Amino acid sequence: MYKVLLCWRYLKTRWIALASIVSVTLGVATLIVVNSVMDGFTSQMQDRMHGILSDLVVETRATNGIAEPSWYIDRIRARLGDSVDGITTVVTLPAMMTFHHNGNAHTQQINLIGIDQTTYASVSDFSKYLLHPDNKQQLDFILKRNGYAPEREALQPSGWEYRSRVEQLKKDRQTELERYRQLQAKISEEQQTQIAKDSQPLSDSTTDQGADSQAKEDATQQAESNLDLLGGPAIQPIQNGGGGRVFDASVEQRIGIVLGIGIGSVRGRDAEGQVKDYFFIRPGDDVSIAFPNAGSPPRAIDELFTVVDFYESKMSEYDGTFAFVPIEALQRARGMFDPVSKQGAVTSIQIKLARGTDLNSARDSLRDEFPPSESYVQVNSWRDTQGPLLAAVQLETTILNVLLFMIIAVAGFGILATFFMIVVEKTRDIGVLKSLGAPGSGIASIFLGYGVLLGSVGSGVGVLCGLAFVWKINEIARVLEWITGREVFDPTVYYFDTIPTVIHPFTIVWVSIGAVLIAILASVLPSIRAARMHPVEALRYE
Amino acid sequence: MNNSTPAKSLAKPITSAANQLRVVRPETDNESGHAEKTHSTSPQSFSSESMVDARGVTKSYRRHKTSVAVLKGVDFSAEHGKMTAIVGQSGSGKSTLLHLLGTLDRPDSGEIHFANQRIDNLPARKRDAFRNQQLGMIFQFYHLLPELTLLENVIAPAMIGQSILSYFRNRSSILKRAKELAEMVGLSHRLNHKPSQLSGGEMQRTAIARALITDPKLLLADEPTGNLDQESGQSILQLLRNLNQESGLTIVMVTHDENIAMQCDALVRLKGGKVERLK
Ligand SMILES: Nc1ncnc2c1ncn2[C@@H]1O[C@H](COP(=O)(O)OP(=O)(O)OP(=O)(O)O)[C@@H](O)[C@H]1O
Ligand SMILES: [Mg+2]
Repeated sequence: MYKVLLCWRYLKTRWIALASIVSVTLGVATLIVVNSVMDGFTSQMQDRMHGILSDLVVETRATNGIAEPSWYIDRIRARLGDSVDGITTVVTLPAMMTFHHNGNAHTQQINLIGIDQTTYASVSDFSKYLLHPDNKQQLDFILKRNGYAPEREALQPSGWEYRSRVEQLKKDRQTELERYRQLQAKISEEQQTQIAKDSQPLSDSTTDQGADSQAKEDATQQAESNLDLLGGPAIQPIQNGGGGRVFDASVEQRIGIVLGIGIGSVRGRDAEGQVKDYFFIRPGDDVSIAFPNAGSPPRAIDELFTVVDFYESKMSEYDGTFAFVPIEALQRARGMFDPVSKQGAVTSIQIKLARGTDLNSARDSLRDEFPPSESYVQVNSWRDTQGPLLAAVQLETTILNVLLFMIIAVAGFGILATFFMIVVEKTRDIGVLKSLGAPGSGIASIFLGYGVLLGSVGSGVGVLCGLAFVWKINEIARVLEWITGREVFDPTVYYFDTIPTVIHPFTIVWVSIGAVLIAILASVLPSIRAARMHPVEALRYE
Repeated sequence: MNNSTPAKSLAKPITSAANQLRVVRPETDNESGHAEKTHSTSPQSFSSESMVDARGVTKSYRRHKTSVAVLKGVDFSAEHGKMTAIVGQSGSGKSTLLHLLGTLDRPDSGEIHFANQRIDNLPARKRDAFRNQQLGMIFQFYHLLPELTLLENVIAPAMIGQSILSYFRNRSSILKRAKELAEMVGLSHRLNHKPSQLSGGEMQRTAIARALITDPKLLLADEPTGNLDQESGQSILQLLRNLNQESGLTIVMVTHDENIAMQCDALVRLKGGKVERLK
């Protein structure tokens, strides 16, 4: 009883000892904040990485791909049974995209992905990243009239509205240009006949006409350069199966393509420092894509596609390189379509696993099914693809945890010192207690109990502080931005402007248990010292 | 002031704890029973009436490899129900002897007996319990616990001697006894004061009340009046004498004051590490 009483009284009369606990408190709070932010980052990153990737991929690098995907699909279904939630076939290949902007042709390397729009959504979250609300429901690779992400001003106008307007402008310029050409032709014709008519030169009229034609030539050049500015030279129309009919770009589209938002836009700041997107490709523009066909050796083929939408997975790696087109179009263009069996070859089969299925064991059983020695396909999970990045983040979290725990351990030494001081200060009282018959164990438990109490109070306050910090982290970040004048999360670098946090109750539990444990460990030595004190010497202590 | 009735009233709650101490308890709890017993095994003849005695006790302190012999074969005995004074020059080893009698320290050689039971070689637990149950100690510098109130200081030994459970079971009787003792030492109106708010004399009275809470057989006092003025010293002494006469409490008191020493039943002087009996 005296132990509890004294513990309590020591705590009450020595609040200053809490100062030593504050270090533990701060450590605990920091640990919670760091862990929840790191977990937030990790889970966001995993969401994004996983976003447009399926769980498992059976893929081949063979130029002509997997010729009989249905045979593979059957075997996969047989092997994995109920754990298969969705399955789709995909053609992926490296490609080069060319588009025109401000009169210049730009080329960019992309990953062209042919997808089956009806089943692709069953293996990945792809459709939720599309910009047009209708496409989020069901992607159909058809250009919409308008309504692409209305909240993005930079993207307006786009769709048919934009396309027909551009075509109209092009046509207007074309006709104007035509008119000037005709005019010019007529003038030069007239000049020719004039010269032929009267061979003797009339000085005054010639100079007059020369100036006139000069002005007309200038106008022509002006018109041409205007046209360049608008959208580049007219694109060579390719007949998509239409026999000899002239393609009218203002009402017709080419095969649809969905580009990553990073391919078609840049994010930067304007003069006032506001974050701004600039789109140099919009839904409604045509782009030309060169890719190898399935022949051996492969030959490059060139196709025109109409951008029908963008997707934004917020993984810059995906957003900057992936372009999606309908699989059939790609199969036909590459010569992967077998007209007899009506089956197209694919380069990969993507599988979504049912909830709760172990990713690695499913992958291993598929690897078992298609051993490298017998087949030419590889089986990978999305984690394998992003393995190094995930491992790096994991390592970072681990190192941070170790470092912060070191800090708490350092704080533990602070407590150790404080407790030693308190034991020294209480030497006489210890002697008194011993003279009153208190056993060493009882005296030790006074100081141990004191440590437990302080540790609990400290880590309790720390947990509350940490949670409050995490809860208000974005406000705190804003205050920091205001004080330091620099942005904590630059939205041109990161895709989010709020700090993602995830609080795992388990983290809080082990962190606070750890802190209390450190306080207890730090009080063990002083307690033992107190218990071992010689009663007479303790009584004599001044 | 008060008589032995409060002592009897507390006898019940502490018996369970005292049972563990059967070794050190006299065979009879009865106060008149001591006369029949004689200690036959002892080589020296000690009076059966002795409450506590030291037999050939030596004690030396080592300091920087040189050993200082403080007690060089002390034979000392305090009789049951008597008040024994120890005098001697400063540094003669009075406190040392008292600590040995109170099992706070162990002699280098020789034996300490309490009610004819050897106590100096008991295991630490038993000595702790012995101090708690059989012994009251008061010191020159009072040695109260500064964090506790007067009342809490008084009941501290009772709390130490009992588990939380039995403390709560006996709480009311312990508190009643503590209040009686506070009344006896004349401090019942200051129960909730901290030691820092008390005068020296009041602190010493509190220390006496604390020493008596477990109803001990023996009170060891190390210069209880050493830090007090004449008047409060006298009143403390009066208190101790009353306890001795009315409750038959055995008291061993170290003092510098010849006057006080002369008033005691027995008087010994420590000199050159030996004991001289003066009275
Ligand atoms: N822990 C110790 N280490 C070394 N020497 C000690 C120790 N304790 C006591 N002494 C020495 O033992 C001797 C006796 O000390 P003790 O306290 O018993 O004297 P005392 O008679 O009580 O003196 P006083 O009347 O001043 O209280 C002293 O010389 C002291 O210096
Ligand atoms: Mg002394």
